Order: sequence, then structure tokens, then C-alpha cells
Amino acid sequence: MPETSSFPLNRRDFLTSLGGGVLVLFTLADVEAQESGHGGHRREHEPLPRDIAAWLHIPATGEITAFTGKVEVGQNIRTSLTQAVAGELRCSPGSITLVMGDTAHTPWDMGTFGSRTTPTMAPVMRKMAGTAREMLADAAARRWNTTRQNVDVADQCVVNRASGARLTFADLAGKIDWVKTIGRDDCVTPPDKWTVAGASLPKVGSREIVTGEHKYPSDHKLAGMLYGKVLRPPSFGATLTSVDTSAAARMPGVTVIHDGDFVGIAARDEHLAQKAIEAIKAEWKQVPQISSGQLFPYIKSKEEPAPPPANAAQSAKTLKSTYTIAYIAHTPLEPRAAVAEWNGNGLTVWTGTQRPFGVRTQLAQAFNLPEKQVRVLMPDMGSAYGGKHTGECAVETARLAKGAGKPVKLIWTREEEFTWAYLRPAGIIEVSSGIDSSGKLTAWNFDNYMSGPSAIESPYESPNEHVDFHEVKSPLREGSYRGLAATANHFARESHIDELAAAAGMDPLAFRLKNLKDERVRAVLQAAADHFGWSGKKSTATRGYGLACGTEKGGYVACCVEVSISGNHHVQVNHVVEAWDSGAVVNPEHLKNQVEGAIVMGLGGALFEAIDFADGRILNDRLSKYRVPRFSDVPRIEAVLIDRKDVPSAGAGEIPIVGIAPAIANALYAATGKRIRSMPILPTLQA
Amino acid sequence: MDLLINGVHKHVNVDPERPLLWVLRNELDLTGAKYGCGEGQCGACTVLIDGVAHRSCITSTGSVAGKQITTVEGLADGKKLHPVQDAFIQADAMQCGYCTPGMILSSVALLHKNPSPSESEIKQALEGNICRCGTYNRIVAAVQKAARSTTASAKERRHA
Repeated sequence: MPETSSFPLNRRDFLTSLGGGVLVLFTLADVEAQESGHGGHRREHEPLPRDIAAWLHIPATGEITAFTGKVEVGQNIRTSLTQAVAGELRCSPGSITLVMGDTAHTPWDMGTFGSRTTPTMAPVMRKMAGTAREMLADAAARRWNTTRQNVDVADQCVVNRASGARLTFADLAGKIDWVKTIGRDDCVTPPDKWTVAGASLPKVGSREIVTGEHKYPSDHKLAGMLYGKVLRPPSFGATLTSVDTSAAARMPGVTVIHDGDFVGIAARDEHLAQKAIEAIKAEWKQVPQISSGQLFPYIKSKEEPAPPPANAAQSAKTLKSTYTIAYIAHTPLEPRAAVAEWNGNGLTVWTGTQRPFGVRTQLAQAFNLPEKQVRVLMPDMGSAYGGKHTGECAVETARLAKGAGKPVKLIWTREEEFTWAYLRPAGIIEVSSGIDSSGKLTAWNFDNYMSGPSAIESPYESPNEHVDFHEVKSPLREGSYRGLAATANHFARESHIDELAAAAGMDPLAFRLKNLKDERVRAVLQAAADHFGWSGKKSTATRGYGLACGTEKGGYVACCVEVSISGNHHVQVNHVVEAWDSGAVVNPEHLKNQVEGAIVMGLGGALFEAIDFADGRILNDRLSKYRVPRFSDVPRIEAVLIDRKDVPSAGAGEIPIVGIAPAIANALYAATGKRIRSMPILPTLQA
Repeated sequence: MDLLINGVHKHVNVDPERPLLWVLRNELDLTGAKYGCGEGQCGACTVLIDGVAHRSCITSTGSVAGKQITTVEGLADGKKLHPVQDAFIQADAMQCGYCTPGMILSSVALLHKNPSPSESEIKQALEGNICRCGTYNRIVAAVQKAARSTTASAKERRHA
């Protein structure tokens, strides 16, 4: 795909320009709506595309191109979707080019989040590719005056079983007199017959990554491009009262862009842009706002009168606990970045986002343009973890480019990323419960304030249950994060279940198995415990063992950990075994990689990550102040995959994160007898 | 100012105080070195200066004039990948890959100094490089793999 093409090209034009060949067309009506999940509401439904969209192109040259609006952010869907398409077309993955996240060329898509690619996009692409395969096979069979049963498809060819004659996709593609069809479910290969999927194909594009050839959004460059900077307020909500840009404007090679509260620089290099932005004198009106220390009292003040607790009359023992969750930052290693280019009223933006079509809408609204005049391209980017849904950097860059009359690149600094992006919500979770004398749950009350409703439903059986999410206006800007509030809700639930097990005098594994009905949760729990050797582990004052389990978004997870405690509450996580079931496994090695990565990321939020803020500013807005997991923090990790060929594949980029925090808290309790009910754990443990 | 980058002399007309990272990326189109923090904390911008790993975001361009600068683009021998690059692919030691060039260069510097490092020596040498995707254990495995293959090929050369 010509990435440097600077004019907006709508999809219909593009299809025309590709010329003849097999074109499999499909309506999106049966792709289920996706949701981001925060705040207890479905995201406002944007209309699903009604126009027919192209997913696959096999021209007479035989080069196969597939199209998806999904984007690659490190979760390796470029690889897994390539495997899906190649598998259905019975050809090698190397023969497929996958175009992703280009609003001019790919079907509309709500965005890459919510673990939806594998359960919703892969089946669509399988259907398209499978249908194309059958069309090619039928065409060859007709040519040979035989039937479909007598031909095979392999290596981009259709083979006549009787004669051994071969027709290549290229031979057939150019001559098929047929351009429109709807994908057929009966063409899809079931998981137990997969050949390309189900195996560990190395990451597509890895060679370009290790050689530095791959161009991330922040690497993109255009001829004559300038480098941007934006003037930032000193605190959230501050408004500009006066500004003097004259010194900056006098600098050769600098253009000042001033439009209302927006003040920015476009300069011939980034060094000059920085000097120019520093030369601007601005006065701001600031507003008082709460600080980290006031956060939980603030949320408490918003708590509603407690609902009547679920009946605990039958309980032999009752418990009530409060758990707190801090704000944390996604900290994608590549901060927000964009390159914008105007061509008359047409706008093209390369940017790192999980929602290229959403950013196109944002740009169209910001500049009052029809969407078809805006093209957004998303080169595979330097991660996101739910943190790059929005297009603020793209809009800023387009403003700078418009003002400067030249293409502009803007890369947010790390400080800007910490301060002006959004955070994983903080929150308070109140849990009260009861058990009978045999250790069966009798009552379960679970109220989440502000952090979110994902995975709030308990997999444990209780005859009396009350579960509720209460929205509270967040003092800081918040949004999606890997797994959303499933991490917070699992932390509270699985910590509390451990507290109940202790109250019942039962082993944490036995207590869970006694109260869990869901077979898949039980299966992963048992698998993790067996692999870890749970029954032989006895915690000591310096070594603790803990476990946790749960489910969300079609993923089932159980996590066993070993921690050691030394000196002044120095905590080291030594070993993690995590069992994972998300249905049929598409790429075992990449699935393990996701599970391992989620555990490492989850370990940061569990132990030490927390945003510190005061007076409308993020105080730890640098990597020297905000600690993320490094080599020395990382335990030995074993991912135990349960491959359920009988169950459709669910997404796996998010939910493997939910088990590690409660498992660590439970292990620390087992060792020290100290129950830490806050995420992160260490500041409380060491206080 | 003359810079010696990946064995090639390049003339750049820049403020000597300007960080090397941005001169590489914006003046010389060598975008393998990445921006991650601007304070030498994440290692995404790592390059080799006379074979030693440095953070190019906090290295002034003027300070490296005349020294040998190696970026990730200079590691492969034509089409043949450097053993460390190859090992990162074989070990699936990446997710988004944004940290990968810095990880690879830090690993190359380590193996140059210590051809068969232990696991803890690898972790210690790479502690300054962040992989936010959390592929740390795979990176350790990749460095071990590269160490084995480099040692093996050195032996072959000795016996040839």
C-alpha cells in the first residue's frame, strides 16, 4: 500500500483502481457491536457500515491482500489474522499482505479494544477467505468439467485430483465473471481442521522490527515536514488569560499557530520547536482541585447509603472489607504521535491509535470536514494497552499543519503522555459477605465506586447476592485500560474470597472449589494448582504462596504465585504459574507471550504503580518517577494453555492480567498475616 | 560536524548540544533509535558509541563527533541478520517491538564484553531498558540463544 499517498481515497475508488479480480464483498451487519465497557454504559453506537466493504483481494497477479480496520499494537493480530486468512485460502502466510487500520482502504471498524479481534474479526475474515477459496475451487472444477469434490486447494492453486492438473489462483482470479457475494459460514474451517492457525507462526513483520526498518507512527516522515510543539497549561482545567508569542515568532524557521486557547509551534526541527515553545510567555487562570491524598475521602463522600445487605442471617461468619484502587498510567513506550498533511481540503494523518475511524470522526468534526475528506492511517504502533483510543494528538498535529501550511509531525513527550492522556480509573470497592459453618457462601455484597463494572459479577455461588457499580465523577481524566475494571474487581473479589477461606479455616483452593460452579473456572484453577504443586506448598514468614482465579470476556484464568519477603518488606515475586483458557488456541507461542506480558504489566499495578497528583498536575510524570516493571521485577513465568478446540476462540490480550494482583496479595497474607487491601500493595505494606 | 555512523561518514550541520537521538532520527532518517522518555530511563534510544551502549536521548551530538556510532540499522551484514537480531525473532522476544532496537543494541554491547553471560548478568545489563509489553523473560532467552550461537560459530571458525 502506498503509505506516502497524500490524497484521500475513498474505498469505492480504491476498489475500482484495483481492477479486475476476485473481490469478496461482505456487509458488516452481522459483526456484533463492540463496547468499550467503562462506566456501565455501552458506548454510543455509531452506525455499522451499510455500504458493502471489501475484505479480500486476489488480483490476476495472484498477490493476495486482505483488509481489516483492526490495528496492530503488539497483540500480534497481524499474525493471527494472517493465519486465519492463509488457513482458509490453503496458502502460506507469507503470500498474504494484510492492510490494517487505514480508513481509506479498510472496512469501517469501531476500534481495536475489548478483546474483540479474535472472536469477531477473525471469523469474518475466515468467512471471506473461505468463501473465496470455494469460489476459486468451483471455477476450476467448472473449467475441468468436474465437481468441487474432485478438486483440492493448496499453495495458491486448485488441483485436479484425478489428472493432477493445476490452476493457480492467478489463472482463475482474473477470469472469474463474478464480483459480488456474501461470505458463507459453511465455508469456514472448524478449529480441529486448522492447519495454519493453531500453530506458532513467528510474528509477521518481526524482521522489519529487529532491523529498525519498520516505521512506527512517530517514525513517519514527509518531504518538507515541520516539527510541532504545543503550549500546555500548568494544570488541568487552566484557561489562557494572556500570551506573548512575539519572541518565538521572531525566530527564523518558526511558525506560531495561535487559535483561541490553542498555541503551538511548527519549526524546521524539533530542537528549534522546543526553544520556540519555551520562548512563549503565557498567563493562565487555574482552578483548585483535589490531590492524591484526598482521592479516597472524595470517593467515599460520593458513596450512596448502603443498600440493604443481602441476607446474611444464615451465616456462621460475616466479613466486611474495603479495597482501594489507585489511578495508573498505560505508559505505552511509544507516546502519542502523529504526522498530518493537508492537500486543499483533504487531510491525511498517520497516527498511533486504537480507533483510526474514531480519530477520523474527531478530525472531521474538529475541522468541519466531511469524513470522506479525511484519511487516517495507523502504522503498527508502539503499544497502547487501552490507552490510545483518542485522537487528541492527531487533532493538534492537523491544527499545526493547517496553520503552518506544511506537513507537521508531533510526538508527545513522556511528560505530556502522563499528563494529557487518560488514566486507568481509581476506585473503592466495598465487600461484605457471609459463610455457613461448612464454608459455603451465604451472602455476597459487592459495591464498586468509580473504578468500573467489568467482571463485577461473581463466579462464586451465593444464595443472597447484591452486586452494583456506582459511577462517580473522576477528578482526573480516565478511560479504558487493558481489562478495564476487571483487574480491580478481581483484586477485591479474590482477596475477599481468600479472607473468607481464612475465616473458614480452609485451604484457599479447597474453599474456592467448594463455592465455584463454573466448570471452566474450576478447570483453570485446578490446572494452575496442579502445575504449581499447590498442595505441597507451605508458606513461611519469608515465603508466601497465593492463588486467584476468574473469568471475563470469554477468558478463564487462574494464577498461582510464590513471593519472598526480606528486609524491610522487600517483596520479590519469584514464580508465577498461570493457567489460561480462551477456547481454541490460534497461535500457542503468541498466546503464551500475551499471558506472560499481561502478568508482567499486572505486576506493576499490583505492587507499585500509582499516579501521584496535586493541584491539577501529575507529580510523577516521568519514568524516573513512575516505576514500571523492569527485568529485576520479573518472576519465572509458566503459562499453562488449555486448548479447547470445541469452543470458539476468545480474545486474550487483556484478561490474563486480572489474576496476578490478588494472587500476590494473597501470597503476602499467607507469609506475613498482613492483609493488604490496596492496589498498589507496596506503599501500604511498607507504610 | 562529521559523524561516523554504521561505518559511513555523515556531515551534519547541527547545534552540537542537540541530542544525538533527534539528529539520527530527523536529520539522518535513522529511526531505529526510538524516543521513550528523554531522560535515559527507558533505553529505547540506545545506540553504541565505540561499542558501548549509550542513551542517545541524553547524549549531545557534539560529544560523539569522530567516534564510531552504531545504530540498529547497522547491525545486519547485508541480508544476513546479526545473531542477536535473529535470536530475538526466534525467541518471539517482542510484542509491539518498540523497545526491540534498544534491547538488541544493549544485548550486543553486553555480549561484546561478556560472550556467555548468566541470566542474572543479562538482567543486570538490560535493567535500564523497559519493555512495557513485558517480554523480559523472552528477551533473556533471546540473549542466551544469541550467546550460544555466537560462541558456537566462534568455535567453528577456530576449527575451520
